[in-house]
Amino acid sequence: MKSLEELRELRREVEEDMKNRSKEEKPEIIIGMGTCGISAGARETLKTVLDEIEKRDLDVAVTQTGCIGMCEKEPLLDVKLPDQSRITYGQLNPEDVQRIIVQHVINGEIVEELAVARLEE
Amino acid sequence: MKKAFYRSHVLVCSGTGCSSAGAQDLKIELEDQVAERELQDEIKIIETGCHGFCERGPIIIIYPEGVFYCEVCIDDIEEIVDEHLLKGRTVERLLYREPETEEKIPVYQDIDFYRKQQQIVLENCGEIDPENIDEYIARGGYEAAGIALTEMSPEGVVKEIKNSGLRGRGGAGFSTGYKWDFAHQAQSEKKYIVCNADEGDPGAFMDRSLLEGDPHRVIEGMIVASYAIGADEGYIYIRAEYPLAIERLEKALDDAREYGLLGEDLFGSGHDFQLHIKEGAGAFVCGEETALMASIEGKRGMPRPRPPYPAQRGLWGKPTNINNVETYANVPFIIREGADRFQEIGTEDSPGTKVFALTGKIQNTGLLEIPMGTTLREVIFDIGGGPDEGKEFKAVQTGGPSGGCIPADYLDLSIDFDSLLRVGSMMGSGGMVVMDEDTCMVDVARFFLDFTQGESCGKCTPCREGTKRMLEILERICDGEGEEGDIELLEELGDHIKDTALCGLGQSAPNPVLSTIEYFRGEYEAHIYDENCPAGACPDLAGAYAISADLCVVCGQCARACPADAISKNEEAYIIEEEACIACGVCDEECPVDAVEQT
Repeated sequence: MKSLEELRELRREVEEDMKNRSKEEKPEIIIGMGTCGISAGARETLKTVLDEIEKRDLDVAVTQTGCIGMCEKEPLLDVKLPDQSRITYGQLNPEDVQRIIVQHVINGEIVEELAVARLEE
Repeated sequence: MKKAFYRSHVLVCSGTGCSSAGAQDLKIELEDQVAERELQDEIKIIETGCHGFCERGPIIIIYPEGVFYCEVCIDDIEEIVDEHLLKGRTVERLLYREPETEEKIPVYQDIDFYRKQQQIVLENCGEIDPENIDEYIARGGYEAAGIALTEMSPEGVVKEIKNSGLRGRGGAGFSTGYKWDFAHQAQSEKKYIVCNADEGDPGAFMDRSLLEGDPHRVIEGMIVASYAIGADEGYIYIRAEYPLAIERLEKALDDAREYGLLGEDLFGSGHDFQLHIKEGAGAFVCGEETALMASIEGKRGMPRPRPPYPAQRGLWGKPTNINNVETYANVPFIIREGADRFQEIGTEDSPGTKVFALTGKIQNTGLLEIPMGTTLREVIFDIGGGPDEGKEFKAVQTGGPSGGCIPADYLDLSIDFDSLLRVGSMMGSGGMVVMDEDTCMVDVARFFLDFTQGESCGKCTPCREGTKRMLEILERICDGEGEEGDIELLEELGDHIKDTALCGLGQSAPNPVLSTIEYFRGEYEAHIYDENCPAGACPDLAGAYAISADLCVVCGQCARACPADAISKNEEAYIIEEEACIACGVCDEECPVDAVEQT
């Protein structure tokens, strides 16, 4: 370590990996992982989400949930931005997932034509 | 350097408590189960240091949700992986349940055990991988060392520590800033820094947990100290009985050297610092600083009179600064956040926090950190959950073999250096042993004196002979052979040893005896004059146990549990042979129908 600046730079790099453990509120993506979700391809949805996060270097919490009763619309994915309503998207393919991440998670605009429900804050 | 994204971090507590409860096997099983479902690129499994709630170990915490699972066993892993990690459903049955309300609490911050704590020293313990220097740096680690070495003068660092009011966490509570100043002002080409990690008190595991859970914090504190006093070499003196702490410390030292955080020209400041580990052989007296230095030098671990203090003539005759593990671990916070911020925590004369190892007859055994000024009641009842159900609290022993027993009358006493001294105990390094109505205070005094007497190095007469004589008297009292005048003799001997012993070990050895005489004199008198042990703990004095034939359901649990084989089956019931009974009370605890009674 040759200087304090060098340490701080290293910190910025390694901090990324620890964000998962921080208690700060951050955008959350919730994937329906009930039996219905999994059989409709929710694992694929989840993998796409993880790929996108890694590719775009996002600070997002990814969690799962069980069957919410809308099995017809699986695979389902919810986006919950801090202080905003939780939006449920349904019948998604990988392209839809990419679009939701860019438009909603990054830019904060709801993708109306894919949305199937809204849960008020 | 871009790191892979893991959607979930699974923290497996690998502190000593959880490890002995099988945490390593849990981790291996987790890895297998995760790999079986091809989740290894999505889920990261991390071994951490002690998370504190040892009573409920092994502990597993899953992020990003922060769900806290306790008492996890190997058969639970499949469910955790299938339900939580794959489907996102919390495994409710593994959550902590509030004992009174039966309410399940998913996040540990909401559990009473953690709610009253304030963690400075332990902030990373149980939250980071202690073997990964990057995780320490990510949490702001080594920043304080960088600031001190590049932006502050050594005098400035000493002043900041003085202003913080930090007092030595090893026991005596001497001002750390002044101690550093003495070593700073000593004129010498060569100076040393020593970390005292020779934690030897029965029931204490603070330093061990800290070194196992966050070793870099201690190293960073030592780097700052070395710069402040002008030392280029240091030793961590740690007992060889702590293999895991040593292993993690060695790894931490290697990583710090590789990153250039130890070695030459740190942070481009021109300051050099080398740090070594010295393993102690486990003699309690080596926790005394002059004996400790003798041991590092390769001599027999024996204390010598002070002055000269180590700051003038320490290791190999050179000026030396010795602090305890926890003291050094406070330093990064003070430098990073400022002395004023540190002063805001705790009390005026004892700022900051203190780490305690809570053990004994208490529901929540564990490691905890509280702001100074918290009362004993809050620690024992709110955090510790009180003694086991149905048992009455009797006393708490602080300060290990050097401290005293504090009775229930003082439960509202503030925990700080001076308050504990006033009631005849001391802060010590942070052991806290809780006793309930079944604990005999004479027996406790005998236990601690047996320990110190055995650990006496034998150099000075008061300690060598005095503790031996005191122990003989206590053994006699416990055996029912106490005589009139024994209590007075114990007091006289105790006072003399305190005044005349050479080092801290001897000077404080009578404390457990003197404090129990002061607060529980009645128990001593009952042993001597009534030949009765009120707590029912001393086998020769306690009444024998008997089983009521009317109540006995002939289940045989008592007979299986009896360590003395004193219980046998009669036609209709079990009976206890009075001659063989050692009055340990195990049968009473085991009996499902309360048929056992002490006579």
